Amino acid sequence: MSMVASAATRAAPAGKRRGYDGVAVTVPVTIPYVRYSTRSAHWWLGRALAELIRGAGIAKGEVDGVCVSSFTLGPDTAVGLMQHLGMSPRWLDHIPMGGASGVVALRRAARAVQAGDAEVIACIAGDTNHVDSFRNTVSQFSRFAQDAVYPYGAGGPNASFALLTDYYMKHYGASREDFGKLCVAQRDNALKNPHALMKKPLTLQQYLDARPITDPIHLFDCVMPCAGAEGYLVMSEERARALKLPYARVRSTIERHNAFPEDPIQFRGGWAMDKDALFDHAGVAPADVDFLETYDDYPVINAMQFEDLGFCAKGEVAGFIRANEFTIDGSFPFNTSGGQLSVGQAGAAGGYLGFVQALRQLTGSAGRTQVKDAKIGVVSGFGMINYDRGLCSGAAILERGATQGEAA
Amino acid sequence: MTEPLVKPKKKNPVLRTRLATLPPVPRSRSALGLTRAAAEGVFEMQVCADCGTVQYPPREVCGSCLSEHVAWKPVDNRGELIATTTLRHSNDLYFRERLPWRVGTVKMAAGPSVVAHVHEDCAEGGTVRLTLKLDRSGQAVLHALPEKDTPNMNDAPQLRESTCDPKFRRVLVTDGKSATGMAVARAMLEAGANAVFLGDASTWKTVPAFDKLVASDPRLQVVELDVTDTDSVDRLAASIGGKVEILVNTADYLRDGGILNRKDVNLARDAMEVNVLGLMRLAQAFGPGMCFRAADGSNNAVAWVNILSIHAHAALPARGAWSASKAAALSLSQTLRAELRGAGVRVMNVFPGPVDEEWEQLTPPPKIAPSGLAKAIVKGLQDGVEDVYVGDIAEELRTRLRENHKAVERELGQ
Repeated sequence: MSMVASAATRAAPAGKRRGYDGVAVTVPVTIPYVRYSTRSAHWWLGRALAELIRGAGIAKGEVDGVCVSSFTLGPDTAVGLMQHLGMSPRWLDHIPMGGASGVVALRRAARAVQAGDAEVIACIAGDTNHVDSFRNTVSQFSRFAQDAVYPYGAGGPNASFALLTDYYMKHYGASREDFGKLCVAQRDNALKNPHALMKKPLTLQQYLDARPITDPIHLFDCVMPCAGAEGYLVMSEERARALKLPYARVRSTIERHNAFPEDPIQFRGGWAMDKDALFDHAGVAPADVDFLETYDDYPVINAMQFEDLGFCAKGEVAGFIRANEFTIDGSFPFNTSGGQLSVGQAGAAGGYLGFVQALRQLTGSAGRTQVKDAKIGVVSGFGMINYDRGLCSGAAILERGATQGEAA
Repeated sequence: MTEPLVKPKKKNPVLRTRLATLPPVPRSRSALGLTRAAAEGVFEMQVCADCGTVQYPPREVCGSCLSEHVAWKPVDNRGELIATTTLRHSNDLYFRERLPWRVGTVKMAAGPSVVAHVHEDCAEGGTVRLTLKLDRSGQAVLHALPEKDTPNMNDAPQLRESTCDPKFRRVLVTDGKSATGMAVARAMLEAGANAVFLGDASTWKTVPAFDKLVASDPRLQVVELDVTDTDSVDRLAASIGGKVEILVNTADYLRDGGILNRKDVNLARDAMEVNVLGLMRLAQAFGPGMCFRAADGSNNAVAWVNILSIHAHAALPARGAWSASKAAALSLSQTLRAELRGAGVRVMNVFPGPVDEEWEQLTPPPKIAPSGLAKAIVKGLQDGVEDVYVGDIAEELRTRLRENHKAVERELGQ
């Protein structure tokens, strides 16, 4: 990944889609994850909101827009949560899109800020994890899953991902060693992230020797469900500057749902439909990107994102993985927080993890996980395996606005 | 190639009996269309009447053209097995106890891709046949089977979970002395049953064919059983209740007569005693034991079979009291099905037309041979269905009842 200075200044081509001029994304917040929590989702979301307000140095009433994602908030929705938290926003959204929630929340919030429907929008995602809540969440995940997947035994998404991993490995040439290289690199990155639940190093041999879960998926291909919350604020650049907040700008975004329904099994995601729109609108090329944060519920989805976002051609992912290093200081800094595979999957917060980490990178607040001179980052999301495939995909190209030093 | 099932060892009474767990039960109302098809042993999916698209998973409106006219129809059940996996872990209790478990994705020739249980003889990349079966919860699931039958394929543990194959199981035939009872016993032995208990309500009566049958196979055992006598039923359950894995209720009381041609209800009461209260006595005595053993190894208790009649659905006025008893038994069987479903024991109802036996002497042909009825029962158990219609008359009435039940009512009353 070259550090092309001109990338950030390349003009976006004229198009019908309007840009995100004047929008600032700021105050990346993570409520430290725990494996199991006796609290409810309201507690985790409430803490994220409090942390955002504290981090921005504003009064609670100044947050006039809220966007919520959570699987375990039931029977409440975002509305009930507002009364619970004593909020009176004039703009409210609830985004049940799992791993795509972080990007999609940005798309909604950025437009609302541009249009003046809200001035300061808190985007929060969080879930609790009781000892039995994962089983309850997956058993009631969707009607198609209930009718046509859950009766087939896995009691969760492992079997669905095993099937598409099996197909992908046979048709697109990726091997377990390739997936293992990504997992090992993510673990190396996670060791520098104080929020990561995985604290022990992982070797490729350990990855390969792990017990099989659902062939060809083995233990380290699976995320660990946990409790946690993530959040960020969307406001005008003007407001961010006035508050002296370091922030990132939005160069481009995409989202797509139920892409390629005719594919007999999933081997690509919606990014493959929209990647040109993503990069053209931003006026940058994949080579200009300094780091990538993908949604990584299973390594095969990482491989698809490399291909479908245009970092390599379809079917060439094995060569791409072999030719690159994916650690923070590697040739292709990737999932620099450690990703869900090494940080943990806090329900819907998993769809925010990469986004919040990208904000840290671009505001110079990533600590030991900081990619040097990171100016352009790509975040992509993937969510909701409703029947046999993930339905929601999204991506955003973010760029450095003002970093910590500059904002102060 | 499937390993042939090994004859189960004698039960060790010291070991704890594994209790029944069920695979996931909830389904949307549309998806219960699959359950109906599986219960009847047909392969159907929703097909859009406007654009022809085959829908899966079941939908409310066509996923292609949004038409609301999606009707259940037979569709091509072939497909290519494009991906497989073997579960070695599950969060679901039922599957945890049965790992490893093979599932796969099948791209159907008819269009959709489906997730299915995959038979061990299916090769990835090859052609498979899909079939709809009821799982232990009584809900429909798809099984991918090899394109052509393979040796011992019904013995594969995953498939056996959806069937009620008599092989290596012990069967109670409640009236073993009737023509139907004897035929059922013979068919069960041929299908590999480990033992057949022949109920005998009239030990004082000599029936040479019965004596000859009993002498023909050491797996046959005569037991005293009068379904109109609660003590008799309870005594037998106390003696062999823990060994009955399939119960076939062949007891029947068939006599002519409607309502107005008599001045009493004695005949009706006798029919109810055998056909309705007899069923209830049997269920109360044998049902709990079968539920307790519903997950007990490869010869677990699996099925309860009621031999009803097509006239359970539409009365034959010439046999009005008997028809009413069969209709009542059908109703009772639905309650029994609901009560046994929690353990995964299947209730299979058999709806024959007239059977060629002594009480049907005056009925003109076509009549079903008792051996044909017995064969259909065994096949129903091997397929794992809930409803079996036997013979041309039963099939015809079933079709016509769907078309115009009032016409059937008028014509049966002529």
